[in-house]
Amino acid sequence: MNPAMTALLQVEGLTVALPTRSGYQKAVDDLSFTVDAGEMMGIAGESGSGKTMTALSLFGLLPPGARVTGSIRLDGTELTRLTAKQLRAIRGRQIAMVSQDPTAALHPILPIGTQLTEHMRYHLGVTKAEALDRAAALLETVRIPDPRQALRSYAGQFSGGMRQRIAIAVALAAEPRLLVADEPTTALDVTVQAGILRLLDRLCRERGMAVIVITHDLGVMSATARRLAVMYAGRLAEAGPTAELLGRPRHPYTRGLLDALPHPEALEAGGAPLVPIAGSPPSLGRVPDGCPFHPRCAYARPSCATSRPEPKPVAEAHLLACPPDPLRAGPGAVS
Amino acid sequence: MRRRLRPVTPVPWRRPLALAGLGVIGAWAVIAVFAPLVAPRNPLAQKFGILLGPSSAHWFGTDELGRDVFSRVLYGARITLPLAVILIVAAMIIGAVLGGIAGFFGGWVDNVLMRVADLVFAFPGIILALAVAAALGPQLRNAVIAVVVVSWPSYARLVRSLVLSARSAQYVVASRLLGSSGLRVLFTDIRPNAAGPVLVLAALDIGNAVLLLSGLSFLGLGAQPPTAEWGAMVAEGAQNFNDWWVGLFPGLAILTVVLAFNFIGDSLRDMLDPRTARAVRLQK
Amino acid sequence: MSEPVLELSGVAVDYGRRGQRVRALDGVDLTVGRGEIVGLVGESGCGKSTLARAAVGLEPLAAGTVTFEGREVTPLGRRRRPGFLRGLQMVFQDPYESLNPRRKVGELIADGVRLGGGSRAEGGQRAAELLDRVGLPASAADSYPHEFSGGQRQRIAIARTLATRPSCLIADEPISALDASAQAQIANLLSELADDGDLGLVLVSHDLSVVRQVADRVAVMYLGRIVEIGGTGTVWASPRHPYTEALVAAIPRADGAGVLPADLPGDVPDPAHPPSGCRFHPRCPIARDRCRELDQQLAPVAGREIACYVRAGAA
Repeated sequence: MNPAMTALLQVEGLTVALPTRSGYQKAVDDLSFTVDAGEMMGIAGESGSGKTMTALSLFGLLPPGARVTGSIRLDGTELTRLTAKQLRAIRGRQIAMVSQDPTAALHPILPIGTQLTEHMRYHLGVTKAEALDRAAALLETVRIPDPRQALRSYAGQFSGGMRQRIAIAVALAAEPRLLVADEPTTALDVTVQAGILRLLDRLCRERGMAVIVITHDLGVMSATARRLAVMYAGRLAEAGPTAELLGRPRHPYTRGLLDALPHPEALEAGGAPLVPIAGSPPSLGRVPDGCPFHPRCAYARPSCATSRPEPKPVAEAHLLACPPDPLRAGPGAVS
Repeated sequence: MRRRLRPVTPVPWRRPLALAGLGVIGAWAVIAVFAPLVAPRNPLAQKFGILLGPSSAHWFGTDELGRDVFSRVLYGARITLPLAVILIVAAMIIGAVLGGIAGFFGGWVDNVLMRVADLVFAFPGIILALAVAAALGPQLRNAVIAVVVVSWPSYARLVRSLVLSARSAQYVVASRLLGSSGLRVLFTDIRPNAAGPVLVLAALDIGNAVLLLSGLSFLGLGAQPPTAEWGAMVAEGAQNFNDWWVGLFPGLAILTVVLAFNFIGDSLRDMLDPRTARAVRLQK
Repeated sequence: MSEPVLELSGVAVDYGRRGQRVRALDGVDLTVGRGEIVGLVGESGCGKSTLARAAVGLEPLAAGTVTFEGREVTPLGRRRRPGFLRGLQMVFQDPYESLNPRRKVGELIADGVRLGGGSRAEGGQRAAELLDRVGLPASAADSYPHEFSGGQRQRIAIARTLATRPSCLIADEPISALDASAQAQIANLLSELADDGDLGLVLVSHDLSVVRQVADRVAVMYLGRIVEIGGTGTVWASPRHPYTEALVAAIPRADGAGVLPADLPGDVPDPAHPPSGCRFHPRCPIARDRCRELDQQLAPVAGREIACYVRAGAA
């Protein structure tokens, strides 16, 4: 299958530079990835990895002064060259976003019904009555009990999990083709999270909608995303099928992230301590030369401090930004 | 996690207004200390020509009793400046203690103290100060007392609200778990956090105090003749309106001092604004 | 097993809401031994934070008692906290709020010593020792909290509690506000401290994975009650209470297998109007008729205790 034929979103060489005290610094550095229609893709990374900036750049919602280079093509349309007016038409209709804090996403004083129908009427041009019908149907899709009553209610009357479902409904109101979920379940309890993840999965399958899930939680990633891109300090570290990356991680950072998670097997050994990656992720403007991960990398070689690794294919649809190392191919690659 | 993209604390020495303010107060302070050396004439001497306009001999002219206005203005600083500072410090201490007690103990203590403060707030400052000063007798000392009476409630209110919000702060709870007594919490934990806003209020209030003090003297209830006090001098100027120099220069003196303190106060407040202070703390 | 250092017996805590008294905690029993780490897990509204606060004396009790080293823990009021409670301390969730921003780190840590009657010199010395113990340089004593990262501040907060030589620490969500690396580091630190110092540690967390890794015993809470309590390995490997099962099944595994975690339908009921009988019955997959009438009691089943009649074989 030729990726260019089915790819809904194609990001190539995306670089986002933000103004800081010490000049422009790259929050996202030469990132490339694609998302197909009806696919769930994940972008994983910790703080400072550039994942949120990547999401914002898809919407043209970067902070003022940010400089974007590279290409973002949504179904053939180059997003970076659109005017503000054209972008407004795209936001909500073609792409929509769900973020971490459902309280912030919903208006505290407007009834839920208004928030849902507002989007619909702007983008789809339907009448108010029809919009309300659609809104009720949406609430039912996201499993809000008693949708007609809910339309008349206010955000504050719902629990956190419910609010996130409503926020998802709002995002779906204008029937976008791509949904970007930025840490959608981080603030939620684990059983509530399970419900939201199942919802996203169902929406993706039933509507043929593409979903990008952005999170630092590898468990969430594993459950939902078919493909995964791991970012570090604004750059792509590793990308490929989720099963591959989590089952057989090749990049030392991906390895480190997995090792830092509690191990089911270690329980009997009197609770072995968690193994965090030494140090912390670099902040904006303090990205090391060469490979950005090399100061924290257990496998770093002298060349890692000077030459910057580019993502190269190492297997079917699997990119790796780390030079091949015979030492590492042995014990390091077996998980 | 936010990234601050601009220099975070507006450093005081980069703000021209605050600098100017400091300069002006500094200059007046020097004048106040060295007035006897700097003033060309005795401020009480009535031997010069009556109501002479500004000239090279008398830079600010003379008043209706033949006194050198320039020297009187310089000497006036010796009264206004120290008194305003003492006044504010007194109001600050009284207000802070009472406000701290009210905030900390709550209950009827809080109620009583706050109602008293409300009583004071109910009157326009100058009216109440007038009443107090008149009741005590027309003397500079009584004018000072009057202004203190009028000023302390603002500090009490401020400190009370600071204490109330600090009481539920986690670091206070943590302190109490370690065995800290209420008083210790007040002095060791809350005071460093309260000091800033209180000082800002004081800086902004000094200008007010100067005005009130001068106002009382203007009305005859503060400094008594023949003392060279700016407010009293402005009163004389009001009676000799055509001889504009008599009232203008002391008035300008009051103006410069009040403005200077206001500029300093503004700058202090910006420095201590939680948003700007926060910006220092958020590093990543 | 030695004398428990902390014992909660029939503890109930109410809070007022628009004239209505709501029971946030209802009849909780818990013991913590020296050197033991007890994990307290549950979702929003289960009352674990309230339990933590009640254990340390920050909440007045509507019923029951809390005993520390054999003496009753009186809730903190106007008066100074009694000296015998100095050994019972708390680590808070937010490292940005629990340290006084205008005081130096060294002073903050020395507080614990000085409040116990130590001199300034002793305080300074102990502060340096404790900074080292938590993995921070001695020079940190002269800095202010805002100069440190979240993880470092939490270490400072921990050092502060250690200054009183505590025998029991209650940690209320100590790592949720930190980023991933710091979470693991602080969890490890607490675990070490419990071992080395023979400290009893109550670790409240919504992150089940971390509790699983670090705790010796775990108590699962739902709507103000403990529904399952036992050795961490036992509870984790084979949970017996339906709610615990649901919790464990809801955790997504990072194994690349693409398995969606199991859903638990329904919402947590309003604590002001808890369901009759067993509080979990409306959402329980194995609920029987009797569950609507019978209230739960903890009963031993397969090496741990659960509050479920069906599983305990009594329904």
